[in-house]
Amino acid sequence: MADKPFRVLPKVTSDNEHFWRGGETGELRFLQCTSCGYLVHPPAPVCPRDLSRQLAPHTVSGRGTVATYTVNHQPWYPGLDPPYVVAIVEIEEQADVRLMTNVVNCDVEKVRIGLAVQVTFEQHDDVWIPLFEPAA
Amino acid sequence: MTDGTPAGASVGERGAAITGIGQSDVGRRLNRSPLGLTLDACLDAIADAGLTRDDIDGIATYPGNMDNPPGFSGAGVVEVQDALRLELDWYTGGLELPGQLGSVIDACVAVAAGLATHVLCFRSVWEATAQGTKGRASVTSGGGGGGGGSFRAGGFMQWTLPFGAPSAANWIACYAQRHFHEYGTTREQLAHIALNARKNAGRNPKAIYRDPMSLDDYLAARMISSPLCLFDCDVPADGATAVIVSRADATAGLRRRPIDVDAVGTAIRGRPSWDQWDDLTTMALRDAGAMLWDRTDLRPTDVGVAELYDGFSFITLAWLEALGFCGKGEGGPFIDGGDRIALDGELPLNTNGGQLSAGRLHGYGFLHEACLQLWGEGGERQVPGPPEVAVAAAGGGPLAGCLLLTHRP
Repeated sequence: MADKPFRVLPKVTSDNEHFWRGGETGELRFLQCTSCGYLVHPPAPVCPRDLSRQLAPHTVSGRGTVATYTVNHQPWYPGLDPPYVVAIVEIEEQADVRLMTNVVNCDVEKVRIGLAVQVTFEQHDDVWIPLFEPAA
Repeated sequence: MTDGTPAGASVGERGAAITGIGQSDVGRRLNRSPLGLTLDACLDAIADAGLTRDDIDGIATYPGNMDNPPGFSGAGVVEVQDALRLELDWYTGGLELPGQLGSVIDACVAVAAGLATHVLCFRSVWEATAQGTKGRASVTSGGGGGGGGSFRAGGFMQWTLPFGAPSAANWIACYAQRHFHEYGTTREQLAHIALNARKNAGRNPKAIYRDPMSLDDYLAARMISSPLCLFDCDVPADGATAVIVSRADATAGLRRRPIDVDAVGTAIRGRPSWDQWDDLTTMALRDAGAMLWDRTDLRPTDVGVAELYDGFSFITLAWLEALGFCGKGEGGPFIDGGDRIALDGELPLNTNGGQLSAGRLHGYGFLHEACLQLWGEGGERQVPGPPEVAVAAAGGGPLAGCLLLTHRP
């Protein structure tokens, strides 16, 4: 993948900006229930575990594990050249929070289920896309 | 429960029957009016049942009228009602259903409840014409992200499009990869979904791809999103399919003995999501399949023909497991070699060639074929018997619905 490939960007709103702009300070953030600690993703106004409405952005370690992946070979977009890895990463703090993402800075053939990964951000305009690379 | 009735509930769908089926021409780039194709199928189904349009008092369709993705819908309730000047007591059309056949299941519930007597159910697509010579139309689902510029992704698509994963091919590939990892499933096994479909398509004059395909052909095909290659992906088509769902006690005097609806499955108990689903080797069809068997005394071994959604080959494998035709994780060995799922096998599967070879009629094609087989009208591809019990299932990811159908002497 080129240094800055083409990416469709997300629509940033007050509900999701903690996520899409956390990378400005190198932080991967999720909404967290302030009463029970559950991380709520995608963002929602009510904690699905205890139904609390007290939620606030929380910065996690950025570490995770590849739960599954695919090597995409289809050129869907000009400026985003295959092959590249689309992965579903489970974050270290809570396995049921998953991100579809890309595993970068790594030979596509090296990606495996169970691979330990670490977040890295790619800035486009006002958005920091959370990608993952093999953990150091 | 010994009578196949869930505790405390009745099996209301048994108040419904299927009395007619219809289909338009099916092909690549037919350049026909989408509404024209739709009406061909609808009028065909009405006549097939031995009804006239004056008898139709309900409509059910998936996904309703929508312009995007291109070709995804050929018509909605409004266009068909108005074109045929139908007088309706009940109708529904939309996307948020248990899969494409969720619309048919809605119709079953409506006739059983007495809201309508004969419901025209249809699904029409013209993706082949709509995509023209451009890339596959359905990948822009969520708002035409291919153009770049000022478009920004919202909703679920914000979690996939920024990562170059705009297609269900990518999402289903992730499930397939996890299944391969946990159970040792191989491409050589998965191939038999595609090879079986192609073999059956050779006996279906309306199928789009009918030339023989070998395992070597399959393994040599270009990869789309590993482990899925080109032949694991269905073929965009133009075509419409319709079925008539009738109140079971209003079928006397119709053209042929109706097909009985024995049970349906509509459950989704995990998170309604492609990427947050709990078990990445299953999908919502796990729950829909389990629910179906909770509503009947019939067992998987009673099924004589299975028509299981194959938008991608892996989905069919997952349906085989979800419906208990084999154990969880055993789908690979079950289909290996292809004998078991062949027309003369113990569980004939996707007998018209499925969406992989016959064309992406998006769910309704499986129900149409199940009915054709039960009525013994399968022609060259008829399963001997004919079979008396069939399953039709549609959907993948967080979409899943299935019907168990019977036609007994």
